[in-house]
Amino acid sequence: MNVEPTARARKAIRDAFGEALVEVAEADERIVALTADLAESVRVHHFAARFPDRFFQMGVAEQDMIGTAAGLALVGFVPFATTFAVFATSRANEQVRLAVAYNRANVKIAVSHGGLSAGEDGATHQALEDISAMRVLPGMTVVAPADACEAMKATRAAAAHLGPVYLRLGRTATPIVTSPDTPFELGKGYVMRWGDDLTVAATGTMVPVALDAADLLSRSGITARVVNLHTIKPLDLALVASAARETGGIVTVEEHSILGGLGSAVCEAVAGLRPVPVERVGVQDTFGESGTPDALWQKYGLTPAAIAEAARRVLARKEARA
Amino acid sequence: MPTTRPYAAVPLERAAAQIRRDVIAQTAVAASGHPGGALGAAEILATLYFRELRHDPAAPDWPDRDRFILSNGHLCAGLYSALARTGYFPPAELLTFRKLGSRLQGHPSRLDLPGVEASGGPLGQGLSVANGIALGLRVRGVPARVYCLVGDGELQEGQIWEAAMTAAHYRLDHVCMIVNDNGLQIDGATSLVKRVDPIARRFQAFGWRVQEIDGHDLGAIAGAFQRFRKTRGRPTAIVAKTVMGRGVFLMEGDAKWHGTAPSHEQAERALQELPLGFAADLWTGVPA
Repeated sequence: MNVEPTARARKAIRDAFGEALVEVAEADERIVALTADLAESVRVHHFAARFPDRFFQMGVAEQDMIGTAAGLALVGFVPFATTFAVFATSRANEQVRLAVAYNRANVKIAVSHGGLSAGEDGATHQALEDISAMRVLPGMTVVAPADACEAMKATRAAAAHLGPVYLRLGRTATPIVTSPDTPFELGKGYVMRWGDDLTVAATGTMVPVALDAADLLSRSGITARVVNLHTIKPLDLALVASAARETGGIVTVEEHSILGGLGSAVCEAVAGLRPVPVERVGVQDTFGESGTPDALWQKYGLTPAAIAEAARRVLARKEARA
Repeated sequence: MPTTRPYAAVPLERAAAQIRRDVIAQTAVAASGHPGGALGAAEILATLYFRELRHDPAAPDWPDRDRFILSNGHLCAGLYSALARTGYFPPAELLTFRKLGSRLQGHPSRLDLPGVEASGGPLGQGLSVANGIALGLRVRGVPARVYCLVGDGELQEGQIWEAAMTAAHYRLDHVCMIVNDNGLQIDGATSLVKRVDPIARRFQAFGWRVQEIDGHDLGAIAGAFQRFRKTRGRPTAIVAKTVMGRGVFLMEGDAKWHGTAPSHEQAERALQELPLGFAADLWTGVPA
């Protein structure tokens, strides 16, 4: 069962990032950008054209790019190092750990093609483990904006934040569900839709899908609270605790493996704060495959229907406990 | 640039000897660490910290300073000695090396110890960081230089060659990489483990200016740095032939001493063999 998608404007999150980066760089000359042969794919070609002296093309060498970005940070610049999510976090993992995190270098790792959005390129280019890999690094902030509008704010916030940030951006045009007026603060999630029966906590591109799931559930008389956890680390513990306390059960939704990402972070939080039933919606412990992003979301269960099913499991578990 | 540089008057032979004595004392007291490479790089580290670098131990964050990145971070007992003996911290602290709570971590930690420009140890990463610093200094218009010490075994890491391309592509003529070419690595001779020769020709092919020197010849080291400062348009590699464990008969040329600390008795014997430094020895008063 599928809902008719609400008519919403769509825009790729990476497009908004590319625009926002130029905007913040106009005001702050400490901002520099690097890429590993993916300037247009990650939308830093706008920055490169506007600020050629502050742009560093590193060629197909992600490990070197991350180390070079760390060096730039150590002399006071605010480097945005850009590539695909999988390359920054898997191939260059040790460079991110040592040169960025252990040095506490003020590097922003801004990546496109998070989740299944690499689509037809297949499992090799999809990133389903990146949030997990970045979340365990001490001092790393991990952000996945919900839409293009939030990506603008997240880019500004990442630039202003002192410390390493992992900024995960989707590739395809996805619905815009936030507004420029919504306040944005790193580490602070917010309620996008109120409800009391359970909470659907989503991050990144899954926020619009979670809102659709809430619509779907409302047709059965179930009111779901939809929480946008754009910052996976540091997680908004107060918001998660209040959701657990007030709704008694949580469904987490992410375009990521169910291991190590938002679902794990929320489970860790509620286990310590307020144990309630949690169901994790995401890609099961498996690699992706080729297909359009939409087809992949269907096949791997990143749909309003799959979220609604998980919500019913949470409600059943709540009832069993009562 | 600081106006008073008392360390600049220390004869470099004595400075190198002091570094060697401190390396022995640190690793023996820690009962762990990597003495061999640091002993072999003593002349290089002494020349850098006591002469070549424009730095200010009283103001480690001086923005216009030259930078030194120890990519082969396991040589840090040598770096710590150079930092302490030029005034970054009290030399007595060297004996806390590798102990719980010490600022002198087993591999250098930037956030713990002033004077450490970048944390390091996992091999192959330092040259990229050095390049990033060099690019940043260029954008800033700061005429400072960046020095990076790597090991010859470390050249087996692919990232070194990525960074070698970057330095040449961006014509980073203010980057000077020194290869501590002792021909040894943990599992034995570099030529047997996995050949890295010909180092000089490989870097030349990558677009670097390469100088090959005897890494224990203070005159040769000074001359190489002088030529580096005059080089325009390309980065400099100084391939410095050194002997692991140099100055300590027991350790010379033996890969075992890459990562083995001397016993108390071995340390005593080493300190008897080594020439005197220029300052009070740390070893005095270390209980058996």
